[in-house]
Amino acid sequence: MLTVRELVEEFNFEILAGKEGLAKQIEDYSIKRPSAELVGYLTYLTPKRIQIYGRTELGLIQQMEETTRRVNIANVMVKEVPCIIVTRGLPVPEELIDLANERQIPLLTTERSTTRLFYLLIRYLTNHLAPSTLLHGGLVDVYGVGVLITGESGIGKSEVALELIKNGHLLVADDAVEVRRVDEEHVRGRAPKRIKHLLEVRGLGILDVTTLFGESAVRDEKDIHLIVHLEEWQEGKEYDRLGIDPPPTTEILGIDLPKIIVPVRPGRTIATIIEVAVMQNRLRHEKKVPILNL
Amino acid sequence: MEKTFTIKSPSGLHARPAALLVQKAGSFPCDVFLVKGEKKVNAKSIMSLLALGIEANEEIVVITEGEKEAEALQAIGELLEA
Repeated sequence: MLTVRELVEEFNFEILAGKEGLAKQIEDYSIKRPSAELVGYLTYLTPKRIQIYGRTELGLIQQMEETTRRVNIANVMVKEVPCIIVTRGLPVPEELIDLANERQIPLLTTERSTTRLFYLLIRYLTNHLAPSTLLHGGLVDVYGVGVLITGESGIGKSEVALELIKNGHLLVADDAVEVRRVDEEHVRGRAPKRIKHLLEVRGLGILDVTTLFGESAVRDEKDIHLIVHLEEWQEGKEYDRLGIDPPPTTEILGIDLPKIIVPVRPGRTIATIIEVAVMQNRLRHEKKVPILNL
Repeated sequence: MEKTFTIKSPSGLHARPAALLVQKAGSFPCDVFLVKGEKKVNAKSIMSLLALGIEANEEIVVITEGEKEAEALQAIGELLEA
């Protein structure tokens, strides 16, 4: 959920007209430079996109006959447009201001160039409008690999995370992880703001990892590469004994991630098992799977 | 079972009341979830509850599933509206 108002605050846009529309939602993370539409080619108008008017668009408008100008602009500035941004602090034609007020479309200006604004906006919008979810589990950066530790409450996820931190790995989140799909191949996790870099260990309470272990024990976000699922050892269940085949995958926000199931039982140091799982997974990626001569 | 409650305490559900709620939820055998907007968390986890950041006047849906779900729903509701 992103409103035009939040965008204005983030980019310090000046509001020229259409204030009533500031609560509008931005749903589409693409951006439109409507020069073709301004001269009447309306087939691909995609009205839910933010529109940017740079030198090209404003130049075009200026060249139009006064009678056609208003009609052309009115066809492009439809009600669904979340907001319009004029770049380089260019002078804004009166028709734009009138229509923005009339149709309650926020009309914003910035000193930035169109190309620069394009780049910044796309990065910001993809980040904020990406599909996201809240997962139960911990996220630790182990040797540069993002490991999501899952399992039932009380299985010892936080204790494992603590041990990994003690071994020099970095905590991203404990217990709840905000995950978003940043592109077609990557999901990225971070801690919900209120519990950022906190870790709960039963018997000790909530620990502030940054204070206890320092800045080098934490990181803000990390792509998830591997899921390690902890479960109670079940007699009779077949666990992977060879490790030759790649692990099965589980889907998070439409992206398949390898998932290793690790049974927990006294005498198994889970942190060490996770470290080795990470190394093995990396070898697998580099196609250096240890082929045992058996 | 599920029911919506409105948070009455002016300071919302901060650390200590959240800990109480977790304790209460943990005393029931059934699953207990709290839902705020699109986010659903396990009410037996203090960290998840704090992550949700429940503030005054917010509407929270409580979902209970399993043994003693009715009792759990009532007990959690009382804590939320306290």
